[in-house]
Amino acid sequence: MIDERQLISVLQNGLPLISHPYAAIADEINSTEDEVINYIQLMQEKGDIKRFGLVVRHRKLGYKANAMVVWDIAEDNVDVLGQCFGQFDFVTLSYRRPRNLPDWPYNLFCMIHGQDKEDVKRNLNLMIKSCEVQGVKHELLFSTRCFKQRGAIYIHNETSDKVAV
Amino acid sequence: MALENIYDHGILHNTELTQRLLNEYQHNFPVTRTPYADIAKRLGVDEQTILDLLKELDKKNILSRVGPVFRPNRVGVSTLAAMAVPEHKLEKIADIISSYPAVNHNYEREHHFNLWFVVTAENKELLDKTLQDMQLETDIRIMSLPMEKDYHIDLGFPLKLLQGGRSHD
Repeated sequence: MIDERQLISVLQNGLPLISHPYAAIADEINSTEDEVINYIQLMQEKGDIKRFGLVVRHRKLGYKANAMVVWDIAEDNVDVLGQCFGQFDFVTLSYRRPRNLPDWPYNLFCMIHGQDKEDVKRNLNLMIKSCEVQGVKHELLFSTRCFKQRGAIYIHNETSDKVAV
Repeated sequence: MALENIYDHGILHNTELTQRLLNEYQHNFPVTRTPYADIAKRLGVDEQTILDLLKELDKKNILSRVGPVFRPNRVGVSTLAAMAVPEHKLEKIADIISSYPAVNHNYEREHHFNLWFVVTAENKELLDKTLQDMQLETDIRIMSLPMEKDYHIDLGFPLKLLQGGRSHD
């Protein structure tokens, strides 16, 4: 039997770049290569794994500008617009999140990318036009500095505990 | 879209191979006993070439990792957190936040709320405790905006190499 928690804990660090990466993972969690392979396939079928493959850092690839665009959308329209915004290939995320009034009136969040700020603004205008949200309150938050970017660590072990500052 | 940075780094010996590798394997990476050999076969090279190229991309920080992107909130929980940090404290506070293993993305953004980060945990109790610890340690209030519904999540995106490494338009 495979321990899902252990498997995720190892997988979240990425596969080793060696001939038999799944066998190496199996060794770490006292399992077998076939068990690991079957379990990953099962998680893919169940939809627990959304995609499996190379995770690249967009900033290093010429997508130098990225911004979060946040919208204040009437409840009835959130689903339709969330989907509409999500269909552009420069949009990597489209999520509904809670408002936090009075500081934060926005409930729909998209991450959009471009080669530079102008490109991002052009992309935003395309979204506004295509999804017909002229006049809807929104803000564009460009990211200026990236302090940290890596895969999510959901499960912590002794070695991943907080590092002293 | 351009991969011109790769040219800047001077690592692209085989631009076509790099482009195919990056474009075709952000999804559907083989979950087989010898995934890199299987990719190599598909792309018409040998396994070592693929392993070397991935190591190179990793070393240059272009490759974050090879592996799964889990569906939000299916494995553990997470939230998007924001802080309004006085400008002169920003770097120090950002370093404190980044030092938590529970934080994976941490960005400065142009806004009154100028520090944005994603916090993950195994369950809600641990997540809340981490947020509380952060507020105590930084003495700055955190606005937590957990995802309620996902309409679209990072499906990787198409990358094109510029011929000759530079765009002239």
